[in-house]
Amino acid sequence: MDAVLEVVVNGEPARTRARTLADLLVELGYGDAKVATARNGDFVPHRKRDTVELTGGDTIEIVSPRQGG
Amino acid sequence: MTDTMTNSKPSTKQDAVQPSGGRDVLEVYGTRLDSRLFLGTAQYPSPQVLERAVKAAGVDVVTVSVRREGARDKGGQRFWEMIAGLGVRVLPNTAGCRTAREAITTAEMARELFNTDWVKVEVIANDDTLQPDLFGLVEATTTLVREGFKVFPYTTEDLGAAERLLAAGCELLMPWGAPIGTGRGLANPYALRTLRNYFPGVPLVVDAGIGAPSHAAQAMEMGFDAVLLNTAVAKAGDPVAMAEAFGAAVRAGRTAFVAGMMEVRDMAAPSTPVAGTPFFDLK
Repeated sequence: MDAVLEVVVNGEPARTRARTLADLLVELGYGDAKVATARNGDFVPHRKRDTVELTGGDTIEIVSPRQGG
Repeated sequence: MTDTMTNSKPSTKQDAVQPSGGRDVLEVYGTRLDSRLFLGTAQYPSPQVLERAVKAAGVDVVTVSVRREGARDKGGQRFWEMIAGLGVRVLPNTAGCRTAREAITTAEMARELFNTDWVKVEVIANDDTLQPDLFGLVEATTTLVREGFKVFPYTTEDLGAAERLLAAGCELLMPWGAPIGTGRGLANPYALRTLRNYFPGVPLVVDAGIGAPSHAAQAMEMGFDAVLLNTAVAKAGDPVAMAEAFGAAVRAGRTAFVAGMMEVRDMAAPSTPVAGTPFFDLK
């Protein structure tokens, strides 16, 4: 069994067994939701999510379209 | 004797109108827009009211943002489907960002989500005024232009910052009218007029602080190319009717600018002919 990593997702602490950002999105239930992602302040394009390996302490942002001015 | 007919006729601004079969179009980054009103999509009482307001205003461009999405919350998807159904262009913003780095990452996420290289770059310097951090703005803009973005910079009237933004590759500028959400109108018309006169050929969009249709008309009469507003419509008693009012005000102000307005003068001048006034010789 993979070790549990402690990360921060959208400002909240989270524990995950996911190894990649793509796995994390699936584990958290985002599925095929229309979201964009960043890790530790850097944008991670959709096509690169399955190659970005998570590290303990990573901060992940998961955003979607919203109203704006 | 005063004769109104001898007054010089103000010059028209026909040269400001781009010929397009009689259409007065605004061209930004190679895209031709019929409407000179850009509308924000936030703070409406409901998505239905937003949808009707966008249609009532007749806008071609609406602003949007990106925000954290909770797992299993399909709010973003629903909002996107509604906006996509409006058939207008979207201009994602980087609202809330406080550093160039945050703005750059937000812009990159927005480009993927909204499938557009347009971005309204906001880097906020101060919580009370929400005024742009011009240093961060220039820094973010420089990087984003290099990455292929078409940047709509939310800036002040500062000429130095304007020069830097244009040198970085911006093809238009968006100076504030007044702090975001205040509805105070054009707080510094002198500085805005200076900016307008200094950059006669650069599209300038007054963004933020517009509270009433008359403010929007004033900006357009001064020769600004468009206005961007949100709260004034979204927080109106009847947002749909207010959207229509702003659409009309922007068209009226633009038409007045193009028509060429009379000069202001200190002394009265009769508009009715003086010659032939009855009883004139009895005075």
